[in-house]
Amino acid sequence: MSIHKLSLCDLQKKFTAGEVSAAEIVRAYALRVGQVESKVRAYVNQAQESASAQADALDRQLKQWRKTKPLMGMPLAIKDNICTEGMPTTCSSRMLQHFVPPYDATVITKLREQGYILLGKTNLDEFAMGSSTENSAFGPSRNPWDLHRVPGGSSGGSAAAVAADECVAALGSDTGGSIRQPAAFCGVVGLKPTYGRVSRYGLVAFASSLDQIGPITKDVRDAACVLGSIAGHDPQDSTSADVPVPDYLKALAKKDLKKLRVGVPREFFAEGLDPEVDQAVKAAIAELKTLGGEIKDIQLPRTDAAVAVYYVLATAEASSNLARFDGVKFGLRAKETKDLADLYMKTRQEGFGPEVKRRIMLGTYVLSAGYYDAYYGKAQAVRTLVCQDFEAAFKEVDLIVTPATPTPAFKLGEKSEDPLQMYLSDIFTISVNLAGLPAIALPCGFSKSGLPIGLQLIGRPFEEETILRAAYAYEQATEWHLKKPVIR
Amino acid sequence: MTYEVVVGVEVHAQLRTKSKMFCGCTTLFGAPPNSHTCPVCLGLPGSLPVINKAAVEMAVRAGLALNCTIGASNRFARKNYFYPDLPKGYQISQYESPICEHGWIDIASGTGGMRVRIRRAHLEEDAGKNVHQTGANGSVVDLNRAGTPLLEIVTEPDMRSSDEVVAYLKGLRDILMYLEVCDGNMEEGSFRCEPNLSLRPTGQKEFGTKVELKNINSFKYVKDAMEYEIKRQTKVLSEGGKIKQETRLWNIERGETAVMRSKEEAHDYRYFPDPDLVPLKLERDWVEGFRDGLPELPAARAARFTAEFGLPKYDADVLTASRAIAEYFERCVRLFNQPKTVSNWVMGELARELNVSGTDASASPVSPERLVSLLQLVEKGTISLKVAREIFPEIYSSGKSPEQIVQEKGLRQVSDEGALEKIIAEVLDNNPAQVAQFKEGKQQVLGFLVGQVMKASGGKANPGKVNEMLKRKLTA
Repeated sequence: MSIHKLSLCDLQKKFTAGEVSAAEIVRAYALRVGQVESKVRAYVNQAQESASAQADALDRQLKQWRKTKPLMGMPLAIKDNICTEGMPTTCSSRMLQHFVPPYDATVITKLREQGYILLGKTNLDEFAMGSSTENSAFGPSRNPWDLHRVPGGSSGGSAAAVAADECVAALGSDTGGSIRQPAAFCGVVGLKPTYGRVSRYGLVAFASSLDQIGPITKDVRDAACVLGSIAGHDPQDSTSADVPVPDYLKALAKKDLKKLRVGVPREFFAEGLDPEVDQAVKAAIAELKTLGGEIKDIQLPRTDAAVAVYYVLATAEASSNLARFDGVKFGLRAKETKDLADLYMKTRQEGFGPEVKRRIMLGTYVLSAGYYDAYYGKAQAVRTLVCQDFEAAFKEVDLIVTPATPTPAFKLGEKSEDPLQMYLSDIFTISVNLAGLPAIALPCGFSKSGLPIGLQLIGRPFEEETILRAAYAYEQATEWHLKKPVIR
Repeated sequence: MTYEVVVGVEVHAQLRTKSKMFCGCTTLFGAPPNSHTCPVCLGLPGSLPVINKAAVEMAVRAGLALNCTIGASNRFARKNYFYPDLPKGYQISQYESPICEHGWIDIASGTGGMRVRIRRAHLEEDAGKNVHQTGANGSVVDLNRAGTPLLEIVTEPDMRSSDEVVAYLKGLRDILMYLEVCDGNMEEGSFRCEPNLSLRPTGQKEFGTKVELKNINSFKYVKDAMEYEIKRQTKVLSEGGKIKQETRLWNIERGETAVMRSKEEAHDYRYFPDPDLVPLKLERDWVEGFRDGLPELPAARAARFTAEFGLPKYDADVLTASRAIAEYFERCVRLFNQPKTVSNWVMGELARELNVSGTDASASPVSPERLVSLLQLVEKGTISLKVAREIFPEIYSSGKSPEQIVQEKGLRQVSDEGALEKIIAEVLDNNPAQVAQFKEGKQQVLGFLVGQVMKASGGKANPGKVNEMLKRKLTA
């Protein structure tokens, strides 16, 4: 089998056994990227030269090492809003087109310590704001299953790269579904960890109370492996939790769902759900039952408020987080400005795209004197209610199963003129971020037109093991994850 | 019509932590521009703040000393505004839940003591500095100071004159310096004060429109700026005008205040809880632990100095204004139980030398033991008070002991009657006219004769002894 088609865990086995060298792995991926990247456009910047050098160095050193680490020699793609020292980190924005961070994000430091190989930085909706990568200043990425369709977003580049075998695994970030929605659209696995499970240090902030870095992988095992490598407390991130990191691969040992109570929230199967998605997810629920899961009907009554709450809180935080892009210290600075105010205005006018501007304006508005209580204050209160919904549900069940998205991947341009329609494509993923819960999206079928359909499993805080175990059992019982797109 | 002045004060006190409020960079002053910076205090994309525990401890200790309630759960908030010296486009501060609330301090005022209520004191990070250059280079930004921890201390509008404000500020500064949480350096900006001042017709209950005064870096300017502002507002009001709510800057060269920004131009800071920082919980026991460790504060110490040592209030206040001076004084008194004599020396000779050399009393080259040994030489009559005063600067600068200097210079006082007899006889022989005057009843000539004897002895004669012997001779 070609190297680029192997899962991370399988490739790791071959690498550890000495059947394949790091240099061969990097060459294989360079070849694959060369073949399909012009169609998929997953990457913003590639790092082929440094990847080759890293691989050579690894191969030389490896002769002295007895034991390898899980990600050693594994070529990963990193979403371009995660800081990499010495390599541009653009957030797919004109504002940061030439920004080279002088430091590594904590997840990158952890990957480096493992001896991973950075293949490149992947495309996203500008500053992770969007659901299709169409908001990228550098043009959209394409869905490998249908190049006329979006890969989803905002981590669309990472999901497309994994689906197109342009990397063995990738990191994305998820604020309202930005890992799970593109994973579902591209037929791969995307895991959003519990808020605080993975350090946010070095992730360019969109909405700090919601953002979380997580893996996008070819299968569930790989997701468990990558999560184990990036999770853990980080003294540099006050919101990261000091909770021990379990061995996630061990959690996969149980290949059934016996004694697990699986909740099905009726609010997620309402009007607007694509019939093919409905059918595929219901079939998956039946499969979970066959595997020993106890299926229970549950309610999450505040689900309908989640999108509204999200677009108040996320934009409020974003308006403040993006204030630092003012043309004074780093990133773009507009030329020929009259005075300070002019410098601010022109820089932000030229540097930000329309969706980012829209969200900054929304967020500024909801925090303004006289409106704070009505919007930000109210949204915080409702966020608490959304959390309470989940707390109540998790007293009755051990995990919750839902569709990952209301529809399969939509066409490029289909929703880009209608922000509200675009926002609603995250309707099934957003409440998970509001509650800070872990959730995984994995393939559970295909539409008649051959587009992947995603299943979402939601767990209790810091119980990634439960959703990984259930996802793995399901994956083992099905073959959806083995299908590969034909890129044309 | 007469007007009453109503003033509340905001103070920004820089906390003396080694590192900044939210990162590990040093807080040292005076380094090359932007050398004390890192991704966090530069506000680089992706960087995150981490609360400095030492700053929290200092704020708690200050809060306890200011009789505040310490908040059990603290939330940091973002204050959003654009300015080049503010790297993130927001300042991390506290808004709804300050770390300290509802305190007070007692201060001395013209008619006795008064109490100034502290509304709140909260932690925040400082901004950097814009440096405006002339010529083509334009303005540049130095972010060394960005992220330095500040405690902003806000009073209720309890003060009624510039003197009360200065007394409050001095009292507050003394307390913070005693606690060693702030170095109190006003020129370097580690203790910045902003009076909020308004006038109202005497007898009226409602407050007038307030004006905030900025750019004041000494107690003198506090008084000058306020007196200018009181005159200006009095004039506006008595001419039937209205005071505009605004922020005004004190212009040192011109000795007047000028508008910086009006209320309309004021920012909407859009405060909201900083999602990068989790609520800071302070355990009751942990907080109370600091109460036991608080030093005796200036006011309490001054009261003790008057009661225990019988010092005048003036002496007690001066000696206790600095913790190091107060401790120096007490060590001396323990060795030499003449408090007023020690006080005179510490406030006089010692303070003068410390001032000139810019030295803190804790680092004085003349130790309390050494000062006491000098005082003992005077007490035993080995040297005169005059000589002691004359040689003090040398003791201070040379590092030699008083005994050594007295020895080397032969300054030992002459009290031996035989030796003095000779000098006195000579003086009397040389001044027959004065001797005659004394005998005619002109007592005041005695002083002249004593002076002559002192002069002839090279200042070493014991003046008491000379006085006594001369009297005896002349009346014999």
